[in-house]
Amino acid sequence: MSNVIENAGSYGASLAPTNGWCLNGVDPRTRLIAAFCFSMVVTALSSPTTLVAALGIAVVGAGWTGALTEQRWKRLIPINLLVLLLLGLLPLGGGATPVLSIGPITVAREGLVQAVLIGLKANAIVLGVLVLLARLEMASIGHALGTLGVPAKLTHLLLFTVRYLGVLQREYGRLRAAMKVRGFRPGVDWHTYRSFGYLVGMLLLRSVDRADRIVMAMKCRGFYDRFHPLDRAALTARDAWFTAIVLLVLAGLTVLEWA
Amino acid sequence: MHLHEAVLSDSPQGIGVLCLGAVGTLAGTALGLRAMDHEQVPRVALVSAVFFVVSLIHIPLGVTSIHLTLNGLVGLLLGWTAFPALLVALLLQAVLVGHGGLLALGFNTLAMALPAVAVFYLFQRMSESKHRSIHFFAGFTAGSSAILSSAFLISAALWVSGESFELAAKAVFLFHLAVAMIEGLVVGSTVVLLRQVCPERPFLTTPQGLQERM
Repeated sequence: MSNVIENAGSYGASLAPTNGWCLNGVDPRTRLIAAFCFSMVVTALSSPTTLVAALGIAVVGAGWTGALTEQRWKRLIPINLLVLLLLGLLPLGGGATPVLSIGPITVAREGLVQAVLIGLKANAIVLGVLVLLARLEMASIGHALGTLGVPAKLTHLLLFTVRYLGVLQREYGRLRAAMKVRGFRPGVDWHTYRSFGYLVGMLLLRSVDRADRIVMAMKCRGFYDRFHPLDRAALTARDAWFTAIVLLVLAGLTVLEWA
Repeated sequence: MHLHEAVLSDSPQGIGVLCLGAVGTLAGTALGLRAMDHEQVPRVALVSAVFFVVSLIHIPLGVTSIHLTLNGLVGLLLGWTAFPALLVALLLQAVLVGHGGLLALGFNTLAMALPAVAVFYLFQRMSESKHRSIHFFAGFTAGSSAILSSAFLISAALWVSGESFELAAKAVFLFHLAVAMIEGLVVGSTVVLLRQVCPERPFLTTPQGLQERM
């Protein structure tokens, strides 16, 4: 848990630029749009061969960019839990060709195939997005969204939220430690749920006070509804190359699917 | 519980659900942003951050454990502004933890935020009433009905997008019945605490301390 939040500042685990790392210097906007297009195209695919190809490309990309190192592979867990659930439930939904039947339960082939295809597609998308956005700071994603036409209030909301995730995480840690030294052990009872309710309430109250102090501090510094990012990046030749490669991959997948 | 676009994209109906979700979230977020002025941005952001941090806490339930969602509480505190707040929190969940996908963000936000807004109109007055005994009841019903409605919307989306999802849809809904119970107890206690500690302060006004101190 702490891992997630500590990494919230940057999309990747470390800020240190690695030598020769291939997506360095590609504009965040280009990468966001690429991730969106990749999701769109892969979502539209349906044939097994194309899905395997898409997953293959994502895996190769992950190997090439190191998108799965340093705990980042954990981001694949939630989606695969969902896929496991579907793998368990879809085959029981009935179908034309039963594979196995135990008493009243029939396992149908159609459901199995559907679940496997969903699993392939989901992993291809999640891994692809992970590769395309790897080592991008959440803050630069926020600024990129701002320049792409997302309303200023919404990007400010995103930037503030990212900024205070770590602070709240530490606040939560302190409150939880305070509960622990008083002998609190979570169980299945009213006391536990009430204590968690008070914990959430205290987190909210403290953050309201913090928010008010933030507003005052920002007013003191003359803030008026605009952030100035320090690295106002311009599109470069790298973006052109990156776009070309992504377009090539997407075109290849489309041709493989519909040709 | 968030859906992923890969699950819904099998059928035209599923894609329809994704588009509907995106349009609904767009409209709701536009309304929410209009209801929020610049000075309130930090407060709303901190509610988003609380939502995100709390979603990582595991609470025991029998042999397993669940995590809190608290969209009912966010609704009670923020009203229409729950749309942008939840949109941001779900975007962070998608990108940092891997819950849900970028294209399903619209639907997931709608499924969380629509019940939150409904809860605001139904229970907000009650949660600020002068009678202390109703606070817990208001919080409990707000918290549990919001999460149940969200689960209902998600199950309905699954159901609409294919007959084979029927069982999964039912399982999702049944599981959330138990979650709603706990969610209600927690949100009820939170409302009681908030009312006791600062009875006079509604959440989304411009900071009072600010005006006093200036």
